[in-house]
Amino acid sequence: MAGVKRSVAVDLGGLALATPVMVASGCAGTGRELTALIDTRRVGALVTRSITLHPRRGDPTPRIAESPAGITWTTGMQNPGIEGFIEEELPRYARAGTTVIVSIAGTTLEEYVRLTSLLQGRQEISAIEVRLSEPDDELGRPVLGAHLDRAAEIVGAVARMSMIPVFAKLPASTPDVVELAHGVVRAGAHGLTLLDPPPAMGVDATTMRPTLGPVAGWLSGPALKPLTIRAVFEVARAMPETPIVAVGGVRSGEDAVEMLLAGAWAVQVGTAALIDPSAPIEIARGVSEYLKEKRFASPADLRGRLRLPTAFDATTA
Amino acid sequence: MKRVRAEILSTRRLGAYQSITLVAPEIAERARPGQFLAIQMPEGREFLLRRHFAVHQASRRGGWAGTLEFVVEPGGPGTEWLGKARAHEFLDVIGPLGKGFAYPKRLVNCLMVGEGHGAASLYFLAQELIARHKRVDMIVGGETLERVFKPIEGKRLSQTIQIVTTDGSLGERGSVLDALPEMADRCGAQVIYAAASTTTLERVAAFCRERQIPAQVAVEERMACGFGLCFTCVVPVARKDGSGYDHLRSCVDGPVFNPARVLWDRWLSDAPTMLPTPPEGLPAVRSWPG
Repeated sequence: MAGVKRSVAVDLGGLALATPVMVASGCAGTGRELTALIDTRRVGALVTRSITLHPRRGDPTPRIAESPAGITWTTGMQNPGIEGFIEEELPRYARAGTTVIVSIAGTTLEEYVRLTSLLQGRQEISAIEVRLSEPDDELGRPVLGAHLDRAAEIVGAVARMSMIPVFAKLPASTPDVVELAHGVVRAGAHGLTLLDPPPAMGVDATTMRPTLGPVAGWLSGPALKPLTIRAVFEVARAMPETPIVAVGGVRSGEDAVEMLLAGAWAVQVGTAALIDPSAPIEIARGVSEYLKEKRFASPADLRGRLRLPTAFDATTA
Repeated sequence: MKRVRAEILSTRRLGAYQSITLVAPEIAERARPGQFLAIQMPEGREFLLRRHFAVHQASRRGGWAGTLEFVVEPGGPGTEWLGKARAHEFLDVIGPLGKGFAYPKRLVNCLMVGEGHGAASLYFLAQELIARHKRVDMIVGGETLERVFKPIEGKRLSQTIQIVTTDGSLGERGSVLDALPEMADRCGAQVIYAAASTTTLERVAAFCRERQIPAQVAVEERMACGFGLCFTCVVPVARKDGSGYDHLRSCVDGPVFNPARVLWDRWLSDAPTMLPTPPEGLPAVRSWPG
């Protein structure tokens, strides 16, 4: 491969990132905290915490408890609402010197539509990530995006309005991730973020109480890695042209490489960044070293390189 | 805020606690009382998150210049591991974090209320206040004498001190709250600083409100990162204009708060989601002494 210029830059179907490692939604504070600790220009992208139409104070505490190789957590999506976000936080994100992806969440179709309209024409924003794991206030379902009809309706509405790429973040609780992925992409999603954290809960035997204030929450951290890899693998095989961002369980360069081999185009780092704020940079460095060692030119070259048994048939997996 | 790889200079047992001194000049020269450190846990364990500890001592001058001391109460897997760490091992430390205690500008009498390892940050504060010519008195307590943090240091730093233990093994039998009214009268407390369990802080807050004494308290809420990323360590704090309250992150907006503005009922209630919105106005408390 002499003479080939090696780079960790990735192109998610038109969305160019300096590295394949982003900071996942909910782990970038209000846009300025990370810049005090690391050079955010060396992060592929910052995904904002999920922004709702109206401000949310979020859940009561405790909001965090450790679990084996993971964390159970909830914030109740505390955020200043879209107007507060645009006024207060977006300028800080813009100063971070990297790609900014805004995560939006709602409980009705109208909320998503209004959120999207308020984000239009903002030069600071490169893409929208649609979180679909809230309860559905209109249809009375516990997870809005777990059903194909509803996920496609919402993602389709956002994608039709949006001038920038829309990534659908699929709920882990969906019964068929491939079918859901097909549905939202047909509806207009540019790419997919796999997966939103699975629902989780902890109990403390000493106090005989739930470990989290609002009782139930979500699971994040290394414990999720195999869950993410399988979802990425299955969706990537079914939809090789769709940009896939893997999230859940990435804490090292090796983890990221494994996600890329399984079919991801890029990865997001959440829990690992809470422990080591430089993790998104270190992980990208790890990917770069792997590319050099294995003589690949870019992270995109790893996609589809997974060596499968010759008789492997995904439908029987 | 700096991230450093800091060598453990020494670690010693102090009753139920382990006091760890680090060589970390970049953090020591910036650290103020009430601020804290986020210490990374070893890799390859089931537990992941950094552990957070108040700064007990940050030496800028003299033979100990550049050192930083914090106090661990072993109890969970992370604190047990730190308690066993040896001198010359290295820790990944981020600090100083959060907003520390404010110092009154005027010459006022300051009363400290320290429970358990909470006293660690108050001793650091006491030194800074004494250097500013304030009178410092203390109530220091714990369940047993092993859990009264450095009583001799407390005596050295204060004009008067009341030591209390739940079992009466050191000082008076009782809690820091039992000693509070009399001590506040006796030393003419004009400002109260407290670092204690949340339930104790709630009652210190009620006392200060009743007596109209300005106060600052260092809270402990379960925290994931410690530097503002995750919004897990929040405390409900009333807005200054009385228009409601916000969930403020104790890692960046605290851990030191004005207890008169903390909505203790909401924070500590077993059924927080069932509570109505908080009262419009809050009881007025005399303003911070300049």
